[in-house]
Amino acid sequence: MARLVVLGGGVAGHTAATFAAKWLGSEHEVVVVTPNAKWNWIPSNIWVGVGEMSKEDVTFDLAPVYQKAGINYKQAKAVSINPEGKEGSDKPFVTVEFTGQGKVGETEEVQYDYLINATGPKLNFAATPGLGDANGLGEFTVSVCTADHAVHANEEFQKTIEKMKKGERQKFLIGTGHGMCTCQGAAFEYIFNIEHELRKAGVRDMADLQWISNESFLGDFGVGGLHMKAMGFAVSSRIFAESLFAERNVEWTIGAHVNKVEKGKAHYELLDGSMGEHEFDFAMLIPPFAGVGIKAYDKAGEDITATVFAPNGFMKVDANYAAGAYENWKASDWPRTYQNPTYKNMFAAGIAFAPPHGISKPMSSPNGTPINPTPPRTGMPSGIIGKAVAHSVCDLMTKGESAHLHEASMAEMGAACVASAGKGIFTGTAAAMTIYPVVPDFEKYPGTGRDTDYTFGEIGLAGHWIKHILHHLFIYKAKLNPGWTLIPE
Amino acid sequence: MSKYGEKNIKAYGNNFTTMTPGPFARWMRTCLIWQFLRFIAINIKMIVVVGKSH
Ligand SMILES: Cc1cc2nc3c(=O)[nH]c(=O)nc-3n(C[C@H](O)[C@H](O)[C@H](O)COP(=O)(O)OP(=O)(O)OC[C@H]3O[C@@H](n4cnc5c(N)ncnc54)[C@H](O)[C@@H]3O)c2cc1C
Repeated sequence: MARLVVLGGGVAGHTAATFAAKWLGSEHEVVVVTPNAKWNWIPSNIWVGVGEMSKEDVTFDLAPVYQKAGINYKQAKAVSINPEGKEGSDKPFVTVEFTGQGKVGETEEVQYDYLINATGPKLNFAATPGLGDANGLGEFTVSVCTADHAVHANEEFQKTIEKMKKGERQKFLIGTGHGMCTCQGAAFEYIFNIEHELRKAGVRDMADLQWISNESFLGDFGVGGLHMKAMGFAVSSRIFAESLFAERNVEWTIGAHVNKVEKGKAHYELLDGSMGEHEFDFAMLIPPFAGVGIKAYDKAGEDITATVFAPNGFMKVDANYAAGAYENWKASDWPRTYQNPTYKNMFAAGIAFAPPHGISKPMSSPNGTPINPTPPRTGMPSGIIGKAVAHSVCDLMTKGESAHLHEASMAEMGAACVASAGKGIFTGTAAAMTIYPVVPDFEKYPGTGRDTDYTFGEIGLAGHWIKHILHHLFIYKAKLNPGWTLIPE
Repeated sequence: MSKYGEKNIKAYGNNFTTMTPGPFARWMRTCLIWQFLRFIAINIKMIVVVGKSH
């Protein structure tokens, strides 16, 4: 019997672990190490952050689901990996520290034959002074990155509505809280959901909405923007994004690195090197992401973290990390199997793998401050990669070490994305988009880098219905309810 | 008199060069019959992309 250990029970890890458990049956063991007791459908945190859903609507307990799947669940966080074992034993292991199950603070060495690292992002609030404390619930700003953060964001949001009802004008600042952020899509959804709720509450005319982001143009979204077919043209996402911002009366500041947040004020530097500040009564600024900080040690106990992980803390995989300048970037730089090049029994999936480079054009201010979005690994690619990696590991376990590895390059896969612009069964809207491939391939698709037959987008109520149905569908799937394998990632 | 959407455009401001929807384009966004048809169309398009990605 061999053992697969999956670190992280988010989109990628949960997908990998549940498929592996199904494919491996009772022949082999699957262990999930994840610090959270509940699974969270993160995209719906946006609706929690405006009071349209509760925390209970977007989370469920993991323990019964893993019990049903025959998965050994450890509510703990991985602290370090010893891929060569330690003195006296060649067996690789992960050191974990419990966060629940009555063993808080206790550590354990969990041995593995295969390891999937799907630990997602560390929400690096500390990168910007004043952005947030260690829990992300900052003194001056709010966040919607976790369900708890979103509950807090809504409490603060409701207070602003009360103030506006009493005649007090409010300034909202929403976007990214650092020059190297990703996840602009989440902030985009939040600002338009806020705008929608303000209109519903009858206080829209009392609010000034300000967007701030590190994108060099609106609609970049960390993927260098996308061209969509509309009215017989291939139209840049910039046009559609600017149109929505103008229509909903949202001001924008782009190419911005937020370098300091104080009570009611955010300071920023722009791509042209100039400095500025925005005042606010309510701010939601997405933090930059980093790896979660797992260490790695060799058999002798020497620190080999730099061998296993990239400087940003994400795990190295089969990507080309030596592509260099932007002009040399190729679609083939992107990983296909997500296998660690040094330790072949380790894989990374979802946000946890180190991308070879950005997707958006790298830029910096004359002061040398890099200001450009880092590449997103959204839900669909994270799920597909998690499943492909699980497939590879299962084949390695059942067919032997020469088994063929499954591939899922982001330069060959598409993504479907639905960005909510307001919730309501008859009044809601969302931008429904597909992008193919996620990473542009300018050799295959000269010009736009993408196949415009499969890259499209439109805003409307239908998009909102799809977003709402996906909420229920993905929670149904994650709970492993009957037919769960038929629902695609 | 400014029309819907156009009223938010700031002369020579950073949103001066964008497009804004007219009343018909906006009405279509929440028109139930049209959106039902779009729901089917978008789902088919998404299923095709999802199929190409697995
Ligand atoms: C507000 C918001 C809205 C979003 N909306 C969308 C959307 O509409 N569509 C979309 O496609 N994507 C969306 N995303 C992005 C999407 O959530 C991510 O792409 C996806 O969650 C990434 O999956 P993951 O498994 O890599 O990471 P996560 O889902 O973050 O999972 C990582 C897991 O690892 C665990 N972990 C952390 N540290 C450790 C450790 N040391 N040891 C073990 N486990 C650890 C975490 O607790 C977590 O369970 C949104 C993101 C945010 C923040």
